Amino acid sequence: MSDERVKIILNKCIGCGLCKPACPFGAIEIQNKKAVIDYTKCTFCGACKEVCKFQAVEVLEFEGPAGLDLSEYKDVWVFCEQKKGTVQSISHELLGQGRKLADDLGVKLCAIVLGDGMENKIEDIYHRGADIVYLVDNPKLKHYQDEPYTKVIIKLIQEYKPEIVLCGATVIGRSLISRVAIKINAGLTADCTGLDIDPDKKILLQTRPAFGGNIMATIITPNHRPQMATVRHKVFKEAKIDHSRKGKLIKKDYDDTTYFSSTKLLDLVEEIEETVNLSEADIIVSGGRGIGSPENFDIIKELAKVLGAAVGASRAAVDSDWIPYSHQVGQTGKTVCPKIYIACGISGQIQHLIGMQSSDIIVAINKDPEAPIFKVATYGIVGNLFQIVPALTKALQSKMGK
Amino acid sequence: MNIIVCIKQVPNTTDVKINPETNTLIRDGVESIINPFDTYALEEGIRLKERFGGKVTVVTMGPPQAEIALREAVSLGADDVILVSDRRFAGSDTWATSYTLSQAIKKIGEYDIIICGKQASDGDTAQVGPGISTHLEIPQVTYVKKIEQIDSGKAIVERMTEEGYEIIETPLPVLLTVVKEINSPRLPSLKGKMKSKKCEIIKWNADDISASLNDIGLDGSPTRVVKIFTPPQKCGGEMLTGEPDEIADKLSDIFKKAIVG
Repeated sequence: MSDERVKIILNKCIGCGLCKPACPFGAIEIQNKKAVIDYTKCTFCGACKEVCKFQAVEVLEFEGPAGLDLSEYKDVWVFCEQKKGTVQSISHELLGQGRKLADDLGVKLCAIVLGDGMENKIEDIYHRGADIVYLVDNPKLKHYQDEPYTKVIIKLIQEYKPEIVLCGATVIGRSLISRVAIKINAGLTADCTGLDIDPDKKILLQTRPAFGGNIMATIITPNHRPQMATVRHKVFKEAKIDHSRKGKLIKKDYDDTTYFSSTKLLDLVEEIEETVNLSEADIIVSGGRGIGSPENFDIIKELAKVLGAAVGASRAAVDSDWIPYSHQVGQTGKTVCPKIYIACGISGQIQHLIGMQSSDIIVAINKDPEAPIFKVATYGIVGNLFQIVPALTKALQSKMGK
Repeated sequence: MNIIVCIKQVPNTTDVKINPETNTLIRDGVESIINPFDTYALEEGIRLKERFGGKVTVVTMGPPQAEIALREAVSLGADDVILVSDRRFAGSDTWATSYTLSQAIKKIGEYDIIICGKQASDGDTAQVGPGISTHLEIPQVTYVKKIEQIDSGKAIVERMTEEGYEIIETPLPVLLTVVKEINSPRLPSLKGKMKSKKCEIIKWNADDISASLNDIGLDGSPTRVVKIFTPPQKCGGEMLTGEPDEIADKLSDIFKKAIVG
């Protein structure tokens, strides 16, 4: 059935081979002067149709769910994630990019806020670009819980029908929005690093890394609404604050069944020693195998303190029990993209690079000139980190007046 | 206790390369492995069985060669292994994938706990675990780093957050997605390896799991990949040389500019 979604019309195909390199999935071969599609690789994206000069490729368009009128869906929504009543910086970044998308589409930017006692935070959200804030304020929504949050957001979406919903690719965001998208049969793209509006089709182009950042993919949701995406930290700039901006507040409340949760949050434990959250940090100082011992991590922590940075680590340092797993950057740890990433004594195995290579400035300090980390470094230093790191801490202390 | 573990076979990320001329993924000769996060899910499932008795059923959706991943799971201690495979699943996004797996789990029938890795290393979406729990209409706890206790139809687990962790009580059945910190996976035993060679792989297609054809493969997938490309490469950084103090001086100027500017 699906196999016939893309067909080569044999009497039109002359075997010119234009389509072969155009296929992002390597699914086309030329055999006996005709293009042949390998359906185990084809994803029916239609790239071959676009390049064919002989109208020899037929792509059957998909139809969306019956009865869905896409034109009913308007506005760009941002889920404002709050913890202990504070709206998180990722939400400010989304308001910044959301404003741009809403302006490109000529629609409103709306924020959804769930929490307890959040009404005094709404003004700031208007200042950051929202035209409308949907607020659901209830003691039962004080802390994030999957079930009540999912139910509330589904109700809001069903009532007000946004065309785009953005959410941070955070622990909360990824758990929440995945559930919402399944329930309402919407398209969801994870961990986006690019969001644009297609100027012709007026749909959301969502770009994201895959295979650990080795490739990038652009994804659309052609026939379902809303178009939903989770977005990586630090990719977009925080919305500028404009105190003259005003907005409209729409308050909603629901019955107790909506707020019911079958799981119970018994306790919240904070354990990261540094106050800076790794994913949100502007600067990260990381240590690897070259650090040598848990005590030696002190020089990393001191440098981090001067810079107001978070402390990261490679898997080698975590597996040696020099520092807790919550600090691990890389494939099996966290993916980060700060403005400055300082790698000290980290050789740069691919699993580590995957987690940090999109940082703006990468500084690598390593004694081995052949270490792979230097391939991604903006600034490389071959030398003894036990001399260079303390010297750097000292130089920064004097220059930054701390 | 009936435990279900969902796994995915993925290419070993370190081997994935792009052909610079055609801009396509080079898949030939790429080694396939069990998604690293799923190895923690499988280990946790086996540990639960060792604590409470019962059975570990491992299910994967994928092409016929995903059988290799299932045999590896048997060598590590899985009891039953199920390959959900059908040409009609091709092109599935996370919506269709989680629907398909949830249909397979419904066919398995009785279960107390479903465990998934927090995400797969090829797609990195972290959406399929929550998707399965939603299709099954059961509770979920994501990013679990410890199962503290399970008794009388309830479990208490620790869930990692950006700042630390939450302690959550959940009724069973529940779906958990787990992080690396939860355990250190074992190596296969010799007995397990022998067993894995002989074990039967249960194979189910779309009809076997009573899947609605509108909800699987491309028809069941709201999203479409329209373009794949290589990210711009970082190349040829500047090497800083000199005495530690000189290097520190240059770097602190660079930082100051980057932070202030």
